Amino acid sequence: MTEVRGQLRFILNDRDVVLDNLPATRTLLDFLRLDRRMTGSKEGCAEGDCGACTVLVGRLKRGQLVYETVNACICFVGSLDATHVVTVEHLSAANGPLHPVQQAMVDHHGSQCGFCTPGIVMSLYGMWMQNADPSVNDIEVALQGNLCRCTGYAPIIKAGKSISAYGTVVADPLIVERQSIKARLQALKDGKRVELGEDKDRVIVPASSDDLAEVYAANPTGTLVAGATDVGLWVTKFMRDIGPMIFIGDIADLHGIGEVDGALRIGAAVTYSDAEAAITSRYPQLATFWSRIGGQQVRNAGTIGANIANGSPIGDTPPPLIVLGASITLRKGDVRREVKLEDFFIAYGKQDRQPGEFVEAVTIPPLGEGEQFACYKITKRRDEDISSVCGAFRVKVEAGAVADVCIAFGGMAATPKRAKTVEAALLGKPWTAATVEAALSAYAEDYQPITDMRASAEYRMVSAQNLLRRFLLETTGEGERLVREVA
Amino acid sequence: MNKQSAITAPGVLHEPLVHDSAAKHVSGRAEYIDDIDEPSGTLHAYLALSERAHAEIASMDLTAVRAAPGVVDVVTADDIPGENDISSTHLHDEPVFATTKVEYWGQPLFAVVAETREAARRASRLARIEYRDLPHQTDVDAARANGNRLVTAPLKLERGDVAAGLAKAQRRLKGSMLIGGQEHFYLEGQISLAVPGEDDDVTVYASTQHPSEIQLMVGHVLGVEMHAVTVNVRRMGGGFGGKETQGNLYAVVAALAAKKLHRAIKLRPDRDDDFQTTGKRHDFRVDYEVGYDDDGRIQAVDAVYAARAGWSADLSGPVTDRALFHCDNAYWYPAVRARSEPFYTNTCSNTAFRGFGGPQGMVGCERWIEDIAYALGRDPLEIRKANFYGTDTNNITPYHQTVTDNVIHRVVEELEASADYQARREAVIAFNRTSKVLKKGIALTPVKFGISFTATWYNQAGALVHVYRDGSIHLSHGGTEMGQGLYIKVAQVVADEFQVPLASVKINATTTGKVPNTSATAASSGTDLNGAAAADACRQIKARLVAHAARVYEVSEAEVTFEPGGVRCGQKFVTFAELVASAYVGRVQLSAAGFYKTPRIHWDRAAGRGDPFYYFAYGASCSEVTIDTLTGEYQVDRVDILHDVGKSLNPAIDKGQVEGGFIQGMGWLTTEELWWDGKGQLRTHAPSTYKIPLASDVPPIFNVTLAEWSVNKEATIGRSKAVGEPPLMLAISVVEALSMAVASVAEYRVAPQLDTPVTPERVLMGVERMRKARG
Ligand SMILES: Cc1cc2nc3c(=O)[nH]c(=O)nc-3n(C[C@H](O)[C@H](O)[C@H](O)COP(=O)(O)OP(=O)(O)OC[C@H]3O[C@@H](n4cnc5c(N)ncnc54)[C@H](O)[C@@H]3O)c2cc1C
Ligand code: FES
Ligand code: FES
Repeated sequence: MTEVRGQLRFILNDRDVVLDNLPATRTLLDFLRLDRRMTGSKEGCAEGDCGACTVLVGRLKRGQLVYETVNACICFVGSLDATHVVTVEHLSAANGPLHPVQQAMVDHHGSQCGFCTPGIVMSLYGMWMQNADPSVNDIEVALQGNLCRCTGYAPIIKAGKSISAYGTVVADPLIVERQSIKARLQALKDGKRVELGEDKDRVIVPASSDDLAEVYAANPTGTLVAGATDVGLWVTKFMRDIGPMIFIGDIADLHGIGEVDGALRIGAAVTYSDAEAAITSRYPQLATFWSRIGGQQVRNAGTIGANIANGSPIGDTPPPLIVLGASITLRKGDVRREVKLEDFFIAYGKQDRQPGEFVEAVTIPPLGEGEQFACYKITKRRDEDISSVCGAFRVKVEAGAVADVCIAFGGMAATPKRAKTVEAALLGKPWTAATVEAALSAYAEDYQPITDMRASAEYRMVSAQNLLRRFLLETTGEGERLVREVA
Repeated sequence: MNKQSAITAPGVLHEPLVHDSAAKHVSGRAEYIDDIDEPSGTLHAYLALSERAHAEIASMDLTAVRAAPGVVDVVTADDIPGENDISSTHLHDEPVFATTKVEYWGQPLFAVVAETREAARRASRLARIEYRDLPHQTDVDAARANGNRLVTAPLKLERGDVAAGLAKAQRRLKGSMLIGGQEHFYLEGQISLAVPGEDDDVTVYASTQHPSEIQLMVGHVLGVEMHAVTVNVRRMGGGFGGKETQGNLYAVVAALAAKKLHRAIKLRPDRDDDFQTTGKRHDFRVDYEVGYDDDGRIQAVDAVYAARAGWSADLSGPVTDRALFHCDNAYWYPAVRARSEPFYTNTCSNTAFRGFGGPQGMVGCERWIEDIAYALGRDPLEIRKANFYGTDTNNITPYHQTVTDNVIHRVVEELEASADYQARREAVIAFNRTSKVLKKGIALTPVKFGISFTATWYNQAGALVHVYRDGSIHLSHGGTEMGQGLYIKVAQVVADEFQVPLASVKINATTTGKVPNTSATAASSGTDLNGAAAADACRQIKARLVAHAARVYEVSEAEVTFEPGGVRCGQKFVTFAELVASAYVGRVQLSAAGFYKTPRIHWDRAAGRGDPFYYFAYGASCSEVTIDTLTGEYQVDRVDILHDVGKSLNPAIDKGQVEGGFIQGMGWLTTEELWWDGKGQLRTHAPSTYKIPLASDVPPIFNVTLAEWSVNKEATIGRSKAVGEPPLMLAISVVEALSMAVASVAEYRVAPQLDTPVTPERVLMGVERMRKARG
């Protein structure tokens, strides 16, 4: 049996925090602002979309201490065991000099009303620690999850470019103290399961995936929480209770990214950010797409496992993963089974998952010889927006004809869904405009999209059809796509 | 504007100084209402909201609410000692709490007070309410079809003989356009903290652009006189018009609960509830008919601007008025008739938003300019230029004011050259000839915006300046700081008057206790009004100091001058602090209340005539875009702006206003879409569904220049011009550029007539229309 610790422990700026009970729903932002009266981090939306609450969370991951930006408003305190939480208050003392990031923002007039500013400072800080000489594109990516309603961003981007003129990363306190913080976190990470509270305020942090299997089988009504970028909103927007909350985001053996029989196997707790290099090196077609999932803070927390497990019809990873032939490993207790991803989604809100069963890993095969693949995300706003339509396409053309084809869409039906009628209309035919045009009418067999606040049914249908046209153009060398060109 | 002059001229007027709170912003130490240390025993209120768009309230059972954990009390309309009304235009059409019927989804019903905000929020959802549904109309078309009433008296502007002008015009066209609304999305949501005092007293800390209005409303609802109510605001986390009247509700409810329970009360809605409850920029349907000649010169315009006003009047009257005031943008109409129709709808009550109807007026106007251009097969810019107001002739507006400060020709000419418009337009057309999927568009549009409140009495301001005996200066005025840099600009004015370093001037929170009867910080007028009032106060004190110095140093008053570093008194040079210390001992009053009212302006609404504006601010922008004709997605590739702020008081702050205003306007016209479902609920009620621009939406090339040669003809403070609102309308060039890209699909033969916001969906649907038109 795994040993149990009845305390949650982490470092907040330069102080140790030890908690022996807390509401399972307590968010880091409320903890900071209400419990600690640290009001530097702001609440602009309480749903992970504005970034005013951005803080850094330092975690030990695969032996490294990694600091990443996180939305404190949808981050549960229960997920912070053995972490170093860094807030804007940590950057400069009340009467001391400003931190280079802060001074750059001041000198470039990067704040007007100032409400978004602490969050922007933290996002820039997180970026700068990893990249002291960022391009405009790097800055835009770092700020995908930060809204500013006043400045129009131009001065903030200039500030972001000039941070290193105000100080060096090597002299930064978090870098200087890295080893000692790392040692302290290693000491906090004692291999024990953390368990606090009762009933709806029960928080469990399993120590390993085996421990999780045991805990979840014993508490099948508990809420699994990985990055909390969905569950956070159940709490902040719908005020749902989530206890017992079972936090799986820090389980080391769910963090695996590796190759099994040529396929990419990704642990359920791997975040978008952590998976990015492995995904985009194997599937370069997903590079732009990947950086358009959520914003940086969401990618730092959100996991692929949960994006699948939540069964959303508008989740971004299922369409490409279905088209790539991915499968998932489901585990309950010691029993494991493999399910083809496309079979996992049964109906709206219904997946092939039993009580007490969890997603352990996702396995994605490589593209076969001669296979062409693309994935497109259509949104109102380019970044940090939920897809109106997300389409993924894979085709193999032999002797000018379609030898194999797979198409899947999100946003077009109640689940992520394959376009089987369209595929049938293409299969065996010459891979030409005439074939594609003839196949378009088959869309109506596969999909009856809805009208909602993101898009009308008509737009969804027309743009989804046009994506097939685009895929043809791109695979036949005539592709033109919007490319944002910045310095 | 080099560093040198900053050292030699500590007066610092016209210098690009950083925002006074910048260091506090970046360190998280700037205090917003929710950051203030709560008085002990503070309770939290939360509003329960209607879940019907239009219905009678059959019954309301609050038992479960009262019984919920942590709940202390429930506050309903029955608890209101004064009047259950917060109508800002005093039409008595805006109850604090609904009693017998609800008129929109999100309307407040009652407030729960609990030990924590979370407890209050949870309990607020537990009421059992039975509704009897009534038919609802959420948009202008439905309201018009249903014959809904207008929430307030409409306006008509008329000049010349429109019927004759249309009849004899060589050409005529008609059209109709939908212009979407806009949520303010101030990053800091609505919030108030009310602290009860003795007798009738209550102090309210509110995130508001209009403390005096809150003071009035709280008094009105509590049934006490205004002197019992003090309203304070140090800064807002953004306002944009959304905190001109929309904060009243939260302040009033907090104050009501505070007086009922004798406890401090904080009220802060969740972002979704803020979206649902508070008003937004008005959506419009504009129907127009225009007569013009073969050269594109307009002969007559007949336009109706119908607006979604929402369930109450709020500011819909003045907003729709201002739309009409800008139906001309920068163009002269030989004959014109423009009418407003502010329709009652079952939606939140639309309100002030940066530009205050002016932007919608201009968007409509630019639509018919564009229609004319496509009808004639000409570059829209040529049509624009052909219709610009003249400088000596052709310079009378639809409201009969003569434009005497027209600089639009120069602004547009300079921008056309600096943006290399003609060559780039050629290149765009060439690109479109060969590119199959991607198409480009470019457009250059002007802005002329009238400055002053059209409610003439709002054009007044007060300030209070104290000079303490150590020479430090305390500054208060009626304006509020929402990020626009008003506080620093007024402080610059004061430092300049006394020729002291800026650090000597302490900027204080705005409070009704120091400066009474203030106007909203709105209509871009904050600096013009409050800067002048502060200067007036300084001059009064200076006059006394001069008299004192003349006496003490035995020189003539003319020999006493305020200079950098001190005061020259004939041969003698004393520091400001020395003179002040001596004046104190000499029993000189070192405090003054300043006052300012804008000269000359007047407006007769019934007649539709007058000089409502003190002056105009001008600008122009040129945008280039690329669209994807397969999905309708697009990007804005380059924007060049030349904007007129007169002689800038602070070029850094002003440039920030121009950049920020442009991006905000771009959001309004592109990705920010408000969408109500069939039941009348706003479904884009959070940043997850309502998309304001991000850093990656900023044009990769974004050249923003202030017209350095411009000097306000009028004697405004430092000869500057207002800058808050006008730049928002520079974003119209993005719409026009998108339009051109869409039009390219049918070889520019058909006017694309895109409604706004021009979402990717609207672009794609426009492309589809063009494809059909092309055949
Ligand atoms: C601002 C913002 C932007 C977003 N943008 C996007 C976007 O662009 N595209 C997109 O697809 N999504 C987006 N999302 C949604 C969300 O980020 C994703 O769905 C994400 O993948 C969820 O991962 P998570 O780890 O945060 O999930 P959590 O919130 O932790 O969990 C989500 C669900 O999965 C369950 N779960 C978690 N792990 C497991 C497991 N191992 N086994 C079984 N069940 C499990 C949880 O119980 C819960 O039901 C966005 C969210 C936010 C807040
Ligand atoms: S408050 Fe908006 S992201 Fe957290
Ligand atoms: S400075 Fe106001 S939101 Fe960014």
